[in-house]
Amino acid sequence: MFYRETGQFKTNYTDDMAIFPIRQDRIGIAIILAIALILPFVVSEFVLKTILLPFLALSVAVIGLNILTGYTGLISLGSAGFMGVGAYACYKLTTIFPEVNIIIWIFASGFFAAAVGVFFGLPSLRIKGLYLAVATLAAQFFLQWAFVRIPWLFNYNPSGAIEVPLRTLFGMPITGPTAELEVKYLICLGFVIGMTWLASNLVHGRIGRSWMAVRDMDIAAELMGIKLLNAKLLAFAVSSFFCGVSGALFVFLYLGGAEAGTEFAIRLSFLILFAVIIGGTGSMIGSFFGTAFIVALPTILKFGAPAIGIAITGATAEKIVLMIIGALTIYLLIVEPHGLARLWQIMKQKLRVWPFPY
Amino acid sequence: MSAVTSSALRPLLSPALMATLKGLGILAAIALAIVLLVHSGAMPKGSIGHKVLAAPFIDMWDLPDLLVQTLWEGLVAGVLYALIALGFVLIFKASGVFNFAQGIMVVFSALTLVGSYEIMTQRMGLPPGTVVAILALMIAIATMFVLAWLVERIVLRPLVNQNEIIMLMATVGLTYFLIGFGEYIFGGNPKVMITAQLGLPVGQTQFNILGGRVNIQHLDVAAAVIASIMIAGLAFFFQYTRIGRALRAVADSHKAALSVGISLNQIWVIVWFTAGVVALVTGIMWGARSDVSFALEIIALKALPVLILGGFTSVPGAIVGGLIIGIGEKMGEGYWGPLFGGGIETWLAYVIALGFLLFRPQGLFGEKIIERI
Repeated sequence: MFYRETGQFKTNYTDDMAIFPIRQDRIGIAIILAIALILPFVVSEFVLKTILLPFLALSVAVIGLNILTGYTGLISLGSAGFMGVGAYACYKLTTIFPEVNIIIWIFASGFFAAAVGVFFGLPSLRIKGLYLAVATLAAQFFLQWAFVRIPWLFNYNPSGAIEVPLRTLFGMPITGPTAELEVKYLICLGFVIGMTWLASNLVHGRIGRSWMAVRDMDIAAELMGIKLLNAKLLAFAVSSFFCGVSGALFVFLYLGGAEAGTEFAIRLSFLILFAVIIGGTGSMIGSFFGTAFIVALPTILKFGAPAIGIAITGATAEKIVLMIIGALTIYLLIVEPHGLARLWQIMKQKLRVWPFPY
Repeated sequence: MSAVTSSALRPLLSPALMATLKGLGILAAIALAIVLLVHSGAMPKGSIGHKVLAAPFIDMWDLPDLLVQTLWEGLVAGVLYALIALGFVLIFKASGVFNFAQGIMVVFSALTLVGSYEIMTQRMGLPPGTVVAILALMIAIATMFVLAWLVERIVLRPLVNQNEIIMLMATVGLTYFLIGFGEYIFGGNPKVMITAQLGLPVGQTQFNILGGRVNIQHLDVAAAVIASIMIAGLAFFFQYTRIGRALRAVADSHKAALSVGISLNQIWVIVWFTAGVVALVTGIMWGARSDVSFALEIIALKALPVLILGGFTSVPGAIVGGLIIGIGEKMGEGYWGPLFGGGIETWLAYVIALGFLLFRPQGLFGEKIIERI
């Protein structure tokens, strides 16, 4: 009743190809965006710092991996490594060319991650099977080593870590220690919206269709004239690009300084993969659900459970988080391969026919 | 075609031997080229080319005892890699599952062993010693059986006939769950393996050979011997027992095996249990060389490059691949590592495997069903 497309007529092709063809969807997305815009001014600093900022930064990487895993049917275990490439590329670029705006460098750092990804992915993408998993694992360990052992990457800082410099936009500090959390949040939000828009257009267009064709049946895709290697390589490059941007956001806007050898470890790669599975493979909105779950669960367990009277220490909470995420991943793979996004769809369907059962 | 003509047509050397000879020939040519380059003065001492291509070999020649030591350490590490890879190959052959959790099973089984020993001696007041250690070993084996049964029941059975990528993701989920579960039960601190209590030899012997000293840990010798016995035992089990024959049948074709009355579910439990026992043995050996902690998981992931090298479905491949990776890694770290600032052990195995993917993607012994695109 509330969510019904009856009476909304499309009179030209532009309307038909719109991203949100239904009016209620447009209203809904406008409301979500409005909430996202005023959120930083309402919630506490703690929520902003521990949930919202990592959520925004990581969601870009999760979208990236979803393009690879959900839309193209390949698997990567090195997402964190490529995030690290983005972070270090951004750091090097902004220290070498400080006069160029940091926003441009955050975006540009994605290209470096994409190039590194293509370099590692090329040998394994020529072959069918799960070889990309091993190749990305190679990338993960090699990159982690490089971040620690190549001092040029962190400008020979004695601490061995990235120290995010102060950068401004229109005279307002957006990175570095003096930047306001709200400003960082809004910049992050801008990136997330832009990258989501980009990803959504990619997967809904010709390129995305070729990826899905490769995923569903590679022989048929080949017969239709899709070059498998090109499609897979492009998907992997785009995925790495998203990871790179996400890494730059993660360090420059969320952490504000990081020793990437520990930050971008293999467990983060796993977490991103779990976010994709839990949120729903092959779904944009699912990527956000998955990220929200992954980011919020530890905080909720650590700080929420004691608040309602369950005695739980931080260390125990961390272990329980690992168990919940692992078990939930297996459960969802068995019961609901489309993850939380499927629940969202079911809800929309119910709203469409409410108050009747069908 | 009669037998006579076919034998007459057979080439003098088999293709595999030819390929090996060709490879050796290329290696010899490269070696000769390096020697010529050094002697002609095209690569002066201290140049990058000299450092990378010549200096490590000169070091090897000058200090043969160090070379022997490095080779031995590589060999032992390689045997352990081979064991992890073996557990992986068993599961891959029998159920087609790319079992990412094999590494964590190594850690988990070792933790169960040490943890239950600790609980029995410290909380229940049993006297520390071999008897309790054996009891702990039994508990660990039983735990691996329960784990195998649960995995088959909860994870594999509902996911049967799913895409291989789904299976891989499920085992990654299993990995995560086992990490959390293990840390929850046994705590996250590194533990010391109960080496002496299990009757494994400790201590070391020094050999004076080649104008130097070579240290050999008794434990390493035991590890190599036990691993060899284990591999031989598994080979015997597969070749001559009824269950082994059923396992091979399942590996060849699920449908054909089902049609002659082999229970797939039962076979999967057995295979996961076997892989669990292999993991336990690996965990004991590796835990005795360092500590038992979740850092082992990273080392255990090195089974994956071993598999690329050896081929995913080949048991001999797992062994040879393990040895190559183990020795290559230690040699690389010892002789070429300083050029890169050390620590290249963490990724060298993977890079070797990637190089292999370029030239021989099916691995050394793998079936030639690799589909290029």
